[in-house]
Amino acid sequence: MDTTAGMTMSAARPAGRRRQPRPLPVLTALCGLALLAGCGGDPPSVLNPAGTGAARVANLWWLLFWISLAVVAEVMALLIWALVFRRGNVRVRHGQPLRFVTIAGAGLPFVILVAVYGVGLRDLAALAVDPDPDAPTVEVTGHKWWWEVRYPGASGATANEIHIPVGERVKVRLRTDDVLHSFWVPQLMPKTDLIAGETRETWLRAERAGRYRGQCAEYCGTQHAHMAFLVVAEPRTDFDAWLTRLNAPARQPRTEAERRGQQAFVQGTCAACHAVRGTGAQGQVGPDLSNVGSRWSLGAGAVPNDAGHLGGWIVNSQTVKPGNAMPPQPVGAAALPDLITYLRSLD
Amino acid sequence: MVTTSTPPGVSRVDLARLTEHWAEPRSLRGWFSTVDHKRIGRRYLVTAGVFFVLAGLSALAMRTQLARPEAGLLSPEEYNQLFTMHGTAMIFLFATPMLFGFGNYLVPLMIGARDMAFPRLNAFGYWVFLFAGLFMWASLPFGAAPNSGWFAYAPLNSEQHNPGLHMDVYALGLLFLGISTTAASINFIVTALKLRAPGMSLNRVPLFVWAIVATAFMVIFALPALNLDNAMLFLDRRFDTHFFDPSAGGNVLLWQHLFWIFGHPDVYIIVMPGLGIVSAVLPAFTRRGVVGYPLIVLSIVAIAIISFGVWVHHMFATGLPQLSYSFFSAASTIITIPSGLQIFAWLATMLLGRLIIRVPLLFVVGFIVTFVLGGVTGTMFALTAFDQQVTDTYFVVAHFHYVLIGGAVFPMLAGIYYWLPKITGRMYHEGLGRWAFWLVFAGMHVTFFPMHLYGLFGMPRRVYTYASEPGWGGWNLVSTIGSYVLALGLLLVLVGVVHAVRRGRPAPPDPWRADTLEWATTSPPEPYNFPVLPRVHSLHPVWDERTAESTGEGATADRILSEGRNTLLTSELDARVERPVPMPESTLKPLVLAAALLVLFAALLVAWYPVAAVAAVVVAATIAVWLWPAGPSRTSGVATP
Repeated sequence: MDTTAGMTMSAARPAGRRRQPRPLPVLTALCGLALLAGCGGDPPSVLNPAGTGAARVANLWWLLFWISLAVVAEVMALLIWALVFRRGNVRVRHGQPLRFVTIAGAGLPFVILVAVYGVGLRDLAALAVDPDPDAPTVEVTGHKWWWEVRYPGASGATANEIHIPVGERVKVRLRTDDVLHSFWVPQLMPKTDLIAGETRETWLRAERAGRYRGQCAEYCGTQHAHMAFLVVAEPRTDFDAWLTRLNAPARQPRTEAERRGQQAFVQGTCAACHAVRGTGAQGQVGPDLSNVGSRWSLGAGAVPNDAGHLGGWIVNSQTVKPGNAMPPQPVGAAALPDLITYLRSLD
Repeated sequence: MVTTSTPPGVSRVDLARLTEHWAEPRSLRGWFSTVDHKRIGRRYLVTAGVFFVLAGLSALAMRTQLARPEAGLLSPEEYNQLFTMHGTAMIFLFATPMLFGFGNYLVPLMIGARDMAFPRLNAFGYWVFLFAGLFMWASLPFGAAPNSGWFAYAPLNSEQHNPGLHMDVYALGLLFLGISTTAASINFIVTALKLRAPGMSLNRVPLFVWAIVATAFMVIFALPALNLDNAMLFLDRRFDTHFFDPSAGGNVLLWQHLFWIFGHPDVYIIVMPGLGIVSAVLPAFTRRGVVGYPLIVLSIVAIAIISFGVWVHHMFATGLPQLSYSFFSAASTIITIPSGLQIFAWLATMLLGRLIIRVPLLFVVGFIVTFVLGGVTGTMFALTAFDQQVTDTYFVVAHFHYVLIGGAVFPMLAGIYYWLPKITGRMYHEGLGRWAFWLVFAGMHVTFFPMHLYGLFGMPRRVYTYASEPGWGGWNLVSTIGSYVLALGLLLVLVGVVHAVRRGRPAPPDPWRADTLEWATTSPPEPYNFPVLPRVHSLHPVWDERTAESTGEGATADRILSEGRNTLLTSELDARVERPVPMPESTLKPLVLAAALLVLFAALLVAWYPVAAVAAVVVAATIAVWLWPAGPSRTSGVATP
């Protein structure tokens, strides 16, 4: 861990909420019960921020929302006034009373817009602050259609799951291996595109522990829909422990079935594309599977990670996620359960 | 031909001559060779309408797929082609051509001319539009339609990441179509500057014509960026250049910069004529000239200019330098003002006039409600920090549908009902029209308002399916139901048009008591538009007694111009009479040239380069024949008997 000095820099701050997410009084009033149904659970919503960056934007949104509501209300009032009280069919009128139009249509909006622009500029600057050079860093590489996640200094890699310590600003270095993608965790931080041939940086700071859904937001081809990921914000000690495991070899088989499964994995076609640390499998094409058993999903959010879906994925992932890079695997009916058992044991 | 009575001051002989000179062969050949701006305008409207239906059906298929999570109606490949064709067709094959259709039909009538400045170029533009549209739609049944989104970002559009013909269809189709749009734009500019009725100085030009001219200028300046982008894309894909290939020193963001230098002005290219329609429709139903004419003209010009300074707001998530974000954020914020100014000018018009509530006015009211809602979210997007959070989500889908349906489709529908009597000579059915309005209005808002919500709740756009995240499923179902209501409303519009054409009662020349010159002639207008080219004395010529007099007793030979196909050339600023100009006869050359171009582009698409070379020679030869200096023709001068 000596090379990940940044990771051990500071202890976790208290992970409590700074500010309760604001309720949605107006939207609720407007949309009634249907919205309540929509708000069940913990939506990956920009209005439900759990991180510094997203919270700032959520505040900006509420400012914009109230101003917009006032503007819309003004226009609707004038329109309704005209529709209700100004009807008839009389002679043609002429004349150009310009003062009302100039003041209401240009003067007033100009003042409002300058103020709003100022607030927006302040928030832009706040989002753009570079993290400390020695802040914890995670390197994320976009692939069609999954996320490779590495920590500088750690030998291991994982996929579609980013662990960060709560309350710390974590630097995220973004690259893409193929087309454009966009890194977005609605509850934590606005988007940053992954630009082919270049490196971009953003940061994440979760104010409370939890699991936050992220998603590729830039259209990236056939399976753009299934390119989600999870940010797991956990206390510093848990994070450090997780990172240590990421550095260590994968769990060794304990049962006979697991041993047979490992053998099938290493000697079969799996190892050509996938790696499991501490075994002969060193493939670099697909995700590193050293901790696949503990991941939240298969196929970057395509299906839940359970035995049934894992088996289906191995045999023919093209039916689950058409167009992904993994061809159907001719795994015999005898070997499949062992393979599943082995992969499920890797946590 | 309805020549029951001659206008005062015009002899039967004059009228007979006009009819003879402007008549077109009734044969099939006449159908293919016409250069009449009214027939071409109608064709634009109908063809763009058909492409609208196709793009709309694509949308219905997508909404059906998204009605519930994890639905399997469409495969990812099918869905991705559908949303790409939906966007591409709506923008390029429907919105602009439809508005240009209105422009083609109306601009010469509104300025008191007998045709566009270049009638043959006009016909050529239509044929190219038709062929380019078919070229692109034809790829869909083969599963080879464009599939990278309507803005087709590099490097997903490259041969490496996108093999097959998909993006070749896109690049070539848009290059082909661009010829049409450019030709039409040049034609609008020259027509509006040189063919205005005597007395129609620039401060008396109808706002719709101002909007069309500003739009045409924007096309001229914006389209080259798109053409360049697509030419480079085609070279990258076919001939191994590396403009957008970072592994060989190219730059993928170059695509985005060029695309949006075109793409943002294009939003206004689509909306501006819509705003022009609103300004044209309102006076008839408020019995008052639009308040703030000079302010609106100023705002049209301001939008046309500022729209070229905001393109980076489509790239706020690409990690460009902060300083450029601040600048483009300021420009994007400030462009709200000219648009808002127009809204308030219309509100003032409605408040100071007296509303006569008919279907066109209902659509104008629908336009104001919808466009204002789209406008306020647009201002939100101008703020970089907020944009980075909601861009590429359904919030942005909601926003631009409010702007484009609000700013273009509602005005178009207002325009269809408003000008239907003029174009067809028949009145529409008011009850049917009201039903259509309420269904379209309700359907539009039920479809797109919830998108704001599930966009904020984290749903990205361009996904063919989604997990049952909280807050997504229910609202998506609402959107889907709304989309069917919207489709039903639009179907009723179509029913209304067909009903009017078949059963509508005959329309008088000016059923609305409106103010612009198209209402000063018969419904539908004769091929020569006006028996006497009118003289204009004010901003509202048809409300002006003097105009009425000048089209009647004051008629003189130099404004009847019955000795051949002629219209009147006037000066650019104050519309002083310069001289009569001869207008061309109908001809097949535009069709031949467009067809040769179609062969050229189709051959390029399937890589039959020898065929493409032959087609290129035919194209060059046709152009040469077309431009070959002709001897004095029988219509080349007023003096010719």
